[in-house]
Amino acid sequence: MSRLIGYAAILAIGIAAPYLFPNYQSQMAELWLFIVFALTWDLVGGQMGYNSFGNVVFIGVGMYTCAIVQVGLFYSVTDYNAAKGGGQTVFTFDVVQYLEGLAVGLPLAAVAAGIVAAILGSAVLGMRGHYFAICTLGLGVAAGQIANGWDWIGAGSGMVVPHAPSGLGETSRFYYYLAFVLAVLTFIVVSWLYSTRFGLAINAIRDDEDKAEAMGLPTTRIKVTAWVISALFLGVAGGLLGNLKRFIDPIEVAFAGASFGVWMVLMVILGGKGTLWGPVIGAIVFQLLKEFFWTYLLGWQRVALGLMIVLIVVFFPQGILGFLRERFPERFGHKVDPALARGAAGEAAK
Amino acid sequence: MNTLLEVSGVSKAFGGVQANSDISLKVPEGKIIGLIGPNGSGKTTLFSSIVGYHPIDSGSIKFEDKEISKLRVRQIARRGMLRTFQQTRIYGGMTCVQNMLISTSMRSHNLTSLFVSQKSGEHGRAEELLEFVGLYQKRYLLAGDLSFGQQKLLEFAMALMNEPKLLMLDEPTAGINPTLINGLIDRLKHANQAFGITLFVIEHNMRVIMNLAEHIYCLAHGQMLAEGAPEEIQNDQRVIDAYLGAH
Repeated sequence: MSRLIGYAAILAIGIAAPYLFPNYQSQMAELWLFIVFALTWDLVGGQMGYNSFGNVVFIGVGMYTCAIVQVGLFYSVTDYNAAKGGGQTVFTFDVVQYLEGLAVGLPLAAVAAGIVAAILGSAVLGMRGHYFAICTLGLGVAAGQIANGWDWIGAGSGMVVPHAPSGLGETSRFYYYLAFVLAVLTFIVVSWLYSTRFGLAINAIRDDEDKAEAMGLPTTRIKVTAWVISALFLGVAGGLLGNLKRFIDPIEVAFAGASFGVWMVLMVILGGKGTLWGPVIGAIVFQLLKEFFWTYLLGWQRVALGLMIVLIVVFFPQGILGFLRERFPERFGHKVDPALARGAAGEAAK
Repeated sequence: MNTLLEVSGVSKAFGGVQANSDISLKVPEGKIIGLIGPNGSGKTTLFSSIVGYHPIDSGSIKFEDKEISKLRVRQIARRGMLRTFQQTRIYGGMTCVQNMLISTSMRSHNLTSLFVSQKSGEHGRAEELLEFVGLYQKRYLLAGDLSFGQQKLLEFAMALMNEPKLLMLDEPTAGINPTLINGLIDRLKHANQAFGITLFVIEHNMRVIMNLAEHIYCLAHGQMLAEGAPEEIQNDQRVIDAYLGAH
């Protein structure tokens, strides 16, 4: 019951936030996307133990797919990208076109990212530990370079995402709610996954993959499935992020390994790897600190962020929730049951 | 009586080290069979070969009259042959109950069957088996926080949860408190008789293996040295020499 009230309170805060803090709508929209990043990263990195630095690939694929669909439904993508910065043709989108673009673009972003994850996953998820981490790091860099050289999607000079028509109302509020819905949906799906046998299977792979295989689990297929699930949500999140940023730079925004790619790992480590709420808490704390640094320590913001990373890793290697779980295991249900046996004798002992 | 596992002429070399050469043995259904031998005689290599950890160089391995020497670990496990590890392997970051729940047999299941609630079905059997090995009180503790001996018991319970036809145990009593060993022998015998699981056991503790096994194979230097009933093995001069280092 108290848990239901807690969830209701969080939902209420999420819905009311744009009215309470109208000046911070885009930061808050970004926060919901960060929660999606962290939750999906933890699915593979925390719960399954495969530390991926390549999840930005799915964000970038989703971002480009969504933008291309938004444009491509009504205009030629080649002309659109060639005309950037004062071309002869004017590209405008009315409200219906804009919404149609999003309605088609966001699901396709998910599908595209999912397909990329299935292909890449089958190739690289055979690697373990450091090898997987380094390999995924390379994937992120490679994807950025490919986008950087591909003229059809704007190459190095990037791609402008269609501007929202004025009839839509306040754009940042619109995207805030889309990001909010996506984050809630991601949380529901991820927490459901952890309550199924699939959740146990990815935990088993994290703890001892050889044992899991020896017990008959189809480990490779489970790993690829987990990565595809996280890519589906990252694809949509990427589509939204592109629209939020309004401009897609291939390396600084789409395949931003040095910012989003590392940040999502940090958020999870900060909150607690392998826990349901850790990524959420981590993303909130991280976004607050980041905005604080960018506002009050401008010029030194990246130094402050770097220092924070060091402090997190040194003092909170288990993260906030991991630290609490280690301190108070009984609060997390890890306790000795005084009953000696199941059934009648055990009931009597209680 | 059916032969469940038949190994014939299996050889395996790692570089210049001939770990197994021309090994043949049979494990009949419903029996407890022992495998002994001095350190480095190739017992664990043979186990790994049988369950498909590495390809064998020559020979054939048949399980229920079907050749399995080309199959992968997972495929063999799904046919009902399971091994436990000398260095105990459990899922340390999960509770004992969760360890049990994910250890159920995948024989008649595929990937989609994983998307059901953890609580469905097998929870009762998981608790029963934990009670059987004496870990019921600790069922909500993280498996990694258990002592080594308790982890061994948990691994044994996980293997039972899988309902294998043949369970291959690599030194089940190593590192277990001597007073608990008798209890473990009883449980192994119970698993064999009540659950109908055929056991194939590597063991260094002679008192255990002589009490447990009906038929014993002895390896030395990668070769089959002797086989027979426990009394025959105990009195076999070649086995005594192998253990005491005679030439």
